[in-house]
Amino acid sequence: MNFQMADLQLLAPHIVVLATALLVLLAEAFCKGERKGYLAYLGIAGIVVAALLTPRLFGPQRLGFSGMLAGDGFAAFFYFILYAVGILTLLVSQNYLRDERFEHGEYYALVLLALVGMMLMAGATHLMVVFLALETMSIAIYALAGYFRTERSVEASLKYFILGGFASGFLLYGIALIYGACGTTQIYDVMAYFKALPALTSSPMALAGIGLLTVGFGFKVAAVPFHAWTPDVYQGAPTSVTAFMATGVKAAAFSAFLRVFVVAFQGTHVEWSGVLWVLALLTMTLGNLTAIAQTDVKRMLAYSSIAHAGYLLVGLVVGTPEASSAMMVYLLAYAFMNIGAFACVIMVGRYGQENTSLDAYAGIGFRFPALGLAMAVFMFSMAGIPPTAGFIGKFLIFKAAVHEGYYWLTILGVLNSAASVYYYLRVIITMYFKPSPDEPAVDGLRVGPSAALATVLAGVGVLYLGIIPGGIIKLAEQAVRFMG
Amino acid sequence: MSHFPYLSTITFIPLVGALVLLAMNRRNVGLIRGWTLAVAAVNFVISLALWARFDPAVGGMQFMERKAWIASLGIQYFVGIDGISLWLVLLTTFLTVICVVSSWGVEKQVKEYMLFFLVLETGMLGALISLDLVLFYVFWEAMLIPMYFLIGVWGGTDRIYAAVKFFIYTMVGSLLMLVAILVLYFLNIKAGNAPTFDLLQLYQLPIAPNVQFWMFAAFCLAFAIKVPMWPLHTWLPDAHTQAPTAGSVILAGVLLKMGTYGFLRFAMPLFPNAAQAWAPFMMTIAVVGIIYGALVAMVQTDVKKLVAYSSVSHLGYVMLGLFALNAQGVAGGIYQSLNHGISTGALFLLVGVIYERRHTREIAEFGGLAKQMPAYATVFLIITMSSIGLPGLNGFVGEFLIMLGTFLTSKTAAVFAASGVILAAGYMLWMVKRVFFGPLDNEKNQNLADLNRLEWGYLLPMVFLAFWMGLYPGTFLRKMDATVELWLSRFEAKREACLELDRPDAAVAFRVETENQ
Repeated sequence: MNFQMADLQLLAPHIVVLATALLVLLAEAFCKGERKGYLAYLGIAGIVVAALLTPRLFGPQRLGFSGMLAGDGFAAFFYFILYAVGILTLLVSQNYLRDERFEHGEYYALVLLALVGMMLMAGATHLMVVFLALETMSIAIYALAGYFRTERSVEASLKYFILGGFASGFLLYGIALIYGACGTTQIYDVMAYFKALPALTSSPMALAGIGLLTVGFGFKVAAVPFHAWTPDVYQGAPTSVTAFMATGVKAAAFSAFLRVFVVAFQGTHVEWSGVLWVLALLTMTLGNLTAIAQTDVKRMLAYSSIAHAGYLLVGLVVGTPEASSAMMVYLLAYAFMNIGAFACVIMVGRYGQENTSLDAYAGIGFRFPALGLAMAVFMFSMAGIPPTAGFIGKFLIFKAAVHEGYYWLTILGVLNSAASVYYYLRVIITMYFKPSPDEPAVDGLRVGPSAALATVLAGVGVLYLGIIPGGIIKLAEQAVRFMG
Repeated sequence: MSHFPYLSTITFIPLVGALVLLAMNRRNVGLIRGWTLAVAAVNFVISLALWARFDPAVGGMQFMERKAWIASLGIQYFVGIDGISLWLVLLTTFLTVICVVSSWGVEKQVKEYMLFFLVLETGMLGALISLDLVLFYVFWEAMLIPMYFLIGVWGGTDRIYAAVKFFIYTMVGSLLMLVAILVLYFLNIKAGNAPTFDLLQLYQLPIAPNVQFWMFAAFCLAFAIKVPMWPLHTWLPDAHTQAPTAGSVILAGVLLKMGTYGFLRFAMPLFPNAAQAWAPFMMTIAVVGIIYGALVAMVQTDVKKLVAYSSVSHLGYVMLGLFALNAQGVAGGIYQSLNHGISTGALFLLVGVIYERRHTREIAEFGGLAKQMPAYATVFLIITMSSIGLPGLNGFVGEFLIMLGTFLTSKTAAVFAASGVILAAGYMLWMVKRVFFGPLDNEKNQNLADLNRLEWGYLLPMVFLAFWMGLYPGTFLRKMDATVELWLSRFEAKREACLELDRPDAAVAFRVETENQ
């Protein structure tokens, strides 16, 4: 293994975020004080610095560290999605943690550490790095899920940990089989090997490897039938962590899923796309149908995140650069609308009383007009109604699917999307159409400047992507041009 | 062609007005109402300039504006109007003013109510002027949001059910249309053209008839739900009865027209062979709708529901005219769309008047109102006559043209449709008899006040238009003649061009191409 200083450029954003995480820990230890909100801003400052170092990664693809890490538009675009997720999560958390009497520096450090793992997943061009990055991310997330030390929070953490452990096992075993079949775990070498040896596409060892990797990634993106952990974990974890998981983990897992399947396993697209076709359909349908039955907003959002994973899988099934860029735009849109929605959920709750049941939302639309407006925008966006980001995301994914002739999957996808309208609208119905009860469960909002800022940023993001998405779409299209 | 961007101006003035409204104090109800009326009125005046400057000799698009929107996908902000959309645009701006005036009595959440009305106007106008398929789709869907709130917040007791049904019905149809739009986009690229959603360019694209068949089906579903055509009409009576008065007026006056407009602007000219193949089927269900709507209207006990079902019947005529596929039928269809906007809109306003006084719409609760409210009864009778097509009023012209067109295409359909005219006279006049004549025996009706000045204010223009459109239809038909002619010649030309695409081979080629990828 040879190491060059130039490689460090590729790793610079990761190093900055990692250093910020350590700095946050140190700052907490050295600065005694009750208020720790500034740590969130310290974290944000770190992410901003990392973001400033990222644009130069756009451009021709470079591989570093003996082909383990890529510096390309694909990685850079995902870094920006993850920065957005990171900044919004930190903003949302600050006020929430103080109100829940759980404000510690470790939380912010864990978010940043998970972010490093996520970024490594997006940049990884080697299956071992994918695995290490996934573990880095996951371990931080396990801890975050159990952060509140309440019964439900700990249950969520443990569930995620045990099932996640199995999933990692599948992933590792899959990597081992791929190594056995190809003699390498470097993604571009695997791709070349499949190209050079077409007979490999029918090798049981290679196919079993791909199958096991599907299970491993399927678990992380919450694809049916590997989704069973999602509702409990999403509901039990602190809401800010749920937002982080639903957007960050999903974006990171899909980035690796994309690079491994669309690049490394390009030659076997025929084999795996059929399986993923079924998974995509199951994931959309089950996610949506189960979400319809929910009466708890947080749990409903958990099932809805399964459904969104289904739409994203449609893009993966298609497997073209066009579909990949569509997924990237979708994930960015999803980050804004989902964190925005969770921010609203947090504001509706208060200490010791989360108020996540749908009934608590009765009439709050008119009592708190700004919150109502924000939540309505996020719900319409999730339902994919223009002019919001959610529409553009779905439009691009279905466009890519139609282009490759996946008519049935597209039709089933849009019908699913129509079904999902029902439960997103129900939130709006409760907020605006139901009268306020005489003694409303929500008598005030837990809103601080940072949470308000996060909601506004998310809302602006949703509308910006919905109304003038041209620039971002172009960037995403350029970003995938450098993929193998 | 450079000129003042009239279309963008009228489309976005209401939106800007709505944003200004956001900043107003919700307690200052008078200011909110006044401002909304001012915005709507100014918009109407500007749209009149559009009318004045519209060149009736040109059949194609006028007042076009074109700007790149999402350049890499070929999506543009591309708008323009022709003789078909001109009148619908004017109807929209006119009815919005009427609706704002008629909503003066709304007390609940006035600020949001007015806000949604202005946003709705932007959505409707945007959909009517869009010449880019994605732009159209965006406005088409965005239009749902304010209407959904108007029904859901200010509607009757079953408003939530009605609002959700309205939304989901429309969504299902439009999403399938979106898939067809995407298929069309890629067919155009496969034919070697630059990627575009530009409608005028896509008009030129020849498509094999069997592919057209499926794409027409998807577009047809979206628009048929909106029209609504029997048997997809079930959301309509719910939405109409639950919506507040002004909501019903806009729903009947403009939103339903979006369906017929969609057929004229998109489904039929894009897929002429399929449109012709489907025509007998469409005419059949249009006739079924006419008779079914009329029969169901006859047995209603609620005046508003009766008017709602009469809409199903009236829209059946419009569809019948369009699918007659000749000059009289198409012109009649467009004319009848406008008529329906005026007469059914006015009927809903009139029902609102009595509902505000009595808080009931049950026919059985009334009787002999003509004695107590003579002015109201007179206006009601005039509008009823306009709705059932009495010569001299607007309904007659449209129905006559439609019948003429239908007769040329299918005598059977014309015979059955004519029976609908008789039924319409039956249910409307019977309702008028039960409400206005006979003894004034219900005590609650004995102190009702006649029309007040505000009500005169919004009813008189409607009555005036009903007479104008009935006595001098030339004003309106003249501006649409050239467009209808061009529409039909393009339809025919494209149909013949597509016929040359050899059916089985083209189908195979299309399938093989898609499978190869």
